[in-house]
Amino acid sequence: MSDMTPSGASIPDTTRNIPDRLQSPALKAFKSWETLLLAVAIAIFITNSFLSPYFLNAWNLSDATFNFTEKAMIAFAMALLIIAGEIDLSVASIIALASTAMGYALQFDVGTWGLVVIGLATGLACGAFNGLLVTGLGLPSIVVTIGTMSLFRGISYIVLGDQGFRGYPSDFSFFGQGYVYWVISFEFVLFAGLALVYYVLLHRTNFGRAVYAIGNNPTGALFSGIKVARVKFILFLLTGLMAGVAAVCLTSRLGSTRPTIALGWELEVVTMVVLGGVNILGGSGSIPGVVIAAFVMGLVTFGLGLLNVPGIVMSIFIGCLLIGVIALPRLWAMWRP
Amino acid sequence: MTRLLKSREALLVGVIVALLALIASRFPAFIQPGNLVDVLTDTSPLIILALGQAVVILTRCIDLSVASNLALTGMVCAMLNVAFPGLPIPVILVVALALGAVLGAFNGILVWKLSIPPIVVTLGTLTIYRGIIFVISDGQWVNAHEMSAAFTGFPRTDILGLPVLAWIAILTTVALLVMVARTPLGRAFYAVGGNPNAAVYTGLNVGRTQFWAFVLSGTLSGLCGYLWVARYSVAYVDIARGFELEVVAACVIGGIAIAGGAGTIMGAVLGALFLGIIKNALPVVGISPFWQLAISGAAIVIAVAFNARAGRRQGRIILKRAEQEAQA
Repeated sequence: MSDMTPSGASIPDTTRNIPDRLQSPALKAFKSWETLLLAVAIAIFITNSFLSPYFLNAWNLSDATFNFTEKAMIAFAMALLIIAGEIDLSVASIIALASTAMGYALQFDVGTWGLVVIGLATGLACGAFNGLLVTGLGLPSIVVTIGTMSLFRGISYIVLGDQGFRGYPSDFSFFGQGYVYWVISFEFVLFAGLALVYYVLLHRTNFGRAVYAIGNNPTGALFSGIKVARVKFILFLLTGLMAGVAAVCLTSRLGSTRPTIALGWELEVVTMVVLGGVNILGGSGSIPGVVIAAFVMGLVTFGLGLLNVPGIVMSIFIGCLLIGVIALPRLWAMWRP
Repeated sequence: MTRLLKSREALLVGVIVALLALIASRFPAFIQPGNLVDVLTDTSPLIILALGQAVVILTRCIDLSVASNLALTGMVCAMLNVAFPGLPIPVILVVALALGAVLGAFNGILVWKLSIPPIVVTLGTLTIYRGIIFVISDGQWVNAHEMSAAFTGFPRTDILGLPVLAWIAILTTVALLVMVARTPLGRAFYAVGGNPNAAVYTGLNVGRTQFWAFVLSGTLSGLCGYLWVARYSVAYVDIARGFELEVVAACVIGGIAIAGGAGTIMGAVLGALFLGIIKNALPVVGISPFWQLAISGAAIVIAVAFNARAGRRQGRIILKRAEQEAQA
């Protein structure tokens, strides 16, 4: 059962017994965190369909995906960053700044694609700023991104004050409100595409192996010829870029920009990553886990929404989820003889 | 003398004096004693919270839940006052301190017994505590006319020219200065943050020390909860939202090393005063208060970069001396 802990929670094993034979791959997959998560997702799905008569409806389910697609896009990049032993708490503020930049650009009539480019570029620039501070100056990412978290949103406040931007071009709304085919939204397609990209990047490339190596032992990684600083810098860039992508989708979906946009999202993104089985201390985790975790969180918040639970009460639930998902396996390991 | 010049505290005092002189050169009214008292009073909650946060950061942890703890305790105190208007202030204070301590202890237990990273624990409790306020208050406000005069009057009571709020900040500072310098627990905070492995070998329980740091930070947040609600005469879900960032900023500006084990109590107080003066000067100088968030963010980034550089340079000098002595 100890295989069921998210890899983060491994408490040093004091007994060293060498098994007679290795577990078969099928059994190992069965006992993995991802399988448990999938079972939870299915259970929540079934519970929801019993609790609310409105749940099992193609359009409602399609609406439910908007609860997590934007956050999940950031969570993919964040997963890589956390596996490499860093963290970025400024993602929600990057969304605010990127959205503000797009709103500001409205007056210059840059066109829909111009807006998208500005949103993504702002995200990249913020990611580069974080990356430079962390890798260039060797500062701890937690404090740097706590600082930039208030700096980036602070700039939004300076630009906007208590005002807001609205009046985005009508074809800009496609990114957040458009459908590719029937109930399949553009955002969902983008989410699925990015999941595939990040799966390949983390699990099928040298870059992905380097990310794991850095998370497990940065010094060892450096001595084995991995350009640790460069990889980390790229990861901050990717996280910034994904926050930019999420900013485009969210701004398009809401149709307006306020400085409080996406407030508190960093918590949900980190929760999603941790729930997906990524070790908060770095070194292990997988993209399929994060994808399933995204569905779990989306289904839970949507189900609670159908039951008229207010958003702030849902946030209690997410906070408990974040702590519980790390605490429970550790409690389990402590109480087991 | 050179040590004094190099110290972060001396530097901060210099910066604060320069800042005050700069503001006074165009707005002399700002440095009138009466206004300075107002600035100190306004900064008092930040000072008290920064003191607790400083101790937590000294032990290599971080407490992001302070503002939510403050808001929750404040709401409980306000609701208690509405329900039992006759309740004496000391009882309210005890409730505030105790509830704050419990909320802090919850963070501490998770960090100590389950070794969950503090950033994760307090990021979680930040939302949980804030959410509980909504649950207990049902999203309602507690307004000034519902609170008793004694409840709102306490922090503003004038003693020897200073309001009680400012006195509490001063007394907390003194208490922590003594505690950190003169008690075993105070020394343990430094030892645990400076080198946890060595601390274990000297017989210190690292987890338990961190637990007490969280309890201390929680207790001070609870105290601020009552003071905050009483001073502004209003309690609702969103009070002090995001204040934890300002508190961390005050500590980092004050030279508390985020890697633990280095920094002084006076540094944290001066960091808080620095931010408080800027906050109060913005409207005087005619800058929109919306600049506040970006300024404290920029201050964190600059101070962290500065701390890292100072630390690195120090390390090199020590090595050079050791080498020279070895060669001689």
